[in-house]
Amino acid sequence: MRKDNSVSVAARGLSHSYGELRSLQRIDLAAADGEVVALVGPSGCGKSTLLEIVCGLREPSTGEVEAGGAAGATGRLAHCAYMPQRDLLLPWFSALDNAALALRNRGAGKAEARREAGALFERFGLAGFEGARPQELSGGMRQRVAFLRTLVAGKPVLALDEPFASLDAISRAEMQGWLAGALRADSRTVLLVSHDIEEALYLADRVVVLSARPGRIVTELSAPHPRAEDRDHAVTDPAFVTVREHALVSLREGAR
Amino acid sequence: MRAVLRIVLPIALIAALVGLWQIAASTGWIAEALNLEPFLVPSPAEVGDAIWNNRTLLWENTWVTLREILFGLLAGAAVGVGLATAMRFSRVLRDAVFPLTVAVQAVPIVVIAPILVVWFGYGIGPKVVIVAFAVFFPITVNLLDGLRAVDPEAVKMMRTLDASRWATFRRVEVPTALPYFFSGAKVAVAIAPIVALFAELAGSNAGLMRLIVQDNANLEIARVFAATVILIAIGVLLVGLTALAQRLVVTWR
Ligand SMILES: Nc1ncnc2c1ncn2[C@@H]1O[C@H](COP(=O)(O)OP(=O)(O)O)[C@@H](O)[C@H]1O
Ligand SMILES: [Mg+2]
Repeated sequence: MRKDNSVSVAARGLSHSYGELRSLQRIDLAAADGEVVALVGPSGCGKSTLLEIVCGLREPSTGEVEAGGAAGATGRLAHCAYMPQRDLLLPWFSALDNAALALRNRGAGKAEARREAGALFERFGLAGFEGARPQELSGGMRQRVAFLRTLVAGKPVLALDEPFASLDAISRAEMQGWLAGALRADSRTVLLVSHDIEEALYLADRVVVLSARPGRIVTELSAPHPRAEDRDHAVTDPAFVTVREHALVSLREGAR
Repeated sequence: MRAVLRIVLPIALIAALVGLWQIAASTGWIAEALNLEPFLVPSPAEVGDAIWNNRTLLWENTWVTLREILFGLLAGAAVGVGLATAMRFSRVLRDAVFPLTVAVQAVPIVVIAPILVVWFGYGIGPKVVIVAFAVFFPITVNLLDGLRAVDPEAVKMMRTLDASRWATFRRVEVPTALPYFFSGAKVAVAIAPIVALFAELAGSNAGLMRLIVQDNANLEIARVFAATVILIAIGVLLVGLTALAQRLVVTWR
């Protein structure tokens, strides 16, 4: 296997099936250090499965995969933090204790873990909500706590599975701008699953379009203004609109 | 308003029933209808007098029965929690032990209570064992169900957050299982007093059931009612305390 330090995530000829059901077919994918790669595709095409494989929660049926230089599942698990589709905040913990979970899991004391995670609350627009239970927070705030929890884990690779799918259009646009800012400030390698092409093209450097199940790569597109400060301007720019049309056509082709 | 009514209404209903009984008993209607001597049908006031006049005797026997119930519940809960935890951690253990658990719980208490008296004598030891025997099963089964009800996605999330098996157990599985545990505990608390009385019936030198059997034979009916009132109070208190504990512990529902 070729070793390249600037490559953070790599899959080569990766296929996967759940028993008889083939979910992914010959995926070749690479993400460089600090690159944001979005995966879009019809629902059920294997996007979540691919994230779980990269994160070391599953093994591919055939092919190779590595994350942060590690090829084994345990090694991948050590380098990736997975933010599942549902926020899965634990209702018995406060927002702060949810955010500090990874630190506690690694054996940090309660006070120390809270101090470290709490230092980020201000920057994430969550100041004052440290003691709130998840069920008391709005959808957008819950997603921010879930993202914070993923970030606090301190892994080089983040796998975000449709992070804003459950939000209404207005808070979704707001949260996209917010996530772009968070990634500008704290650059990580990100695999982002989305069913929203505009979201994918705005947040990612590169968008990978997958076909219907079994998911294979239809095309890859470069985003014109990844994570631009002025989101509204970026997504109405002619270059952006052209690429979006392109992506839509590929998505429709792949869905057949 | 509703909250006040929820407290006032049941108290008013109980007071009304006790009042009715007082009238029916003190005027002799019940005794007449049943063709009995009036002293066999004590009024609530006479039962109250019996509680007060026999307070030392009643307290001594209550203390015995209460200890049987409480120690039995604690022992049963300890066994239940231990078994459920062990079965959660080891699939092999669960497959091996669960059928045995079901078989043990199916052994009729009616049969083993007298045997335990023969083996271990008339003290409270055998009663504690019998109560524990009866209550461990609902706790084991409910807790195990609760531990298994954990969201597999949450377990995945914990794994990518570097959780050990133990960390996932304590931060995700145990909280998930707590409401189930309390369902089991409510069943346990409801059956424990009945089982303790039954165990005393099988042979004992003290306790409320022994007192009731004696008093019934000697036609000390007012004191039988007095002991019954105490048993009702114990039952209500146990269920109430369990519900309170649940509300204090499970704060996220
Ligand atoms: N644990 C599983 N066992 C069997 N089939 C599964 C499992 N998880 C997902 N699938 C199936 O695999 C396919 C891909 O699922 P998934 O990766 O969740 O798709 P996506 O995230 O793109 O919507 C779907 O058809 C789904 O029903
Ligand atoms: Mg999915």
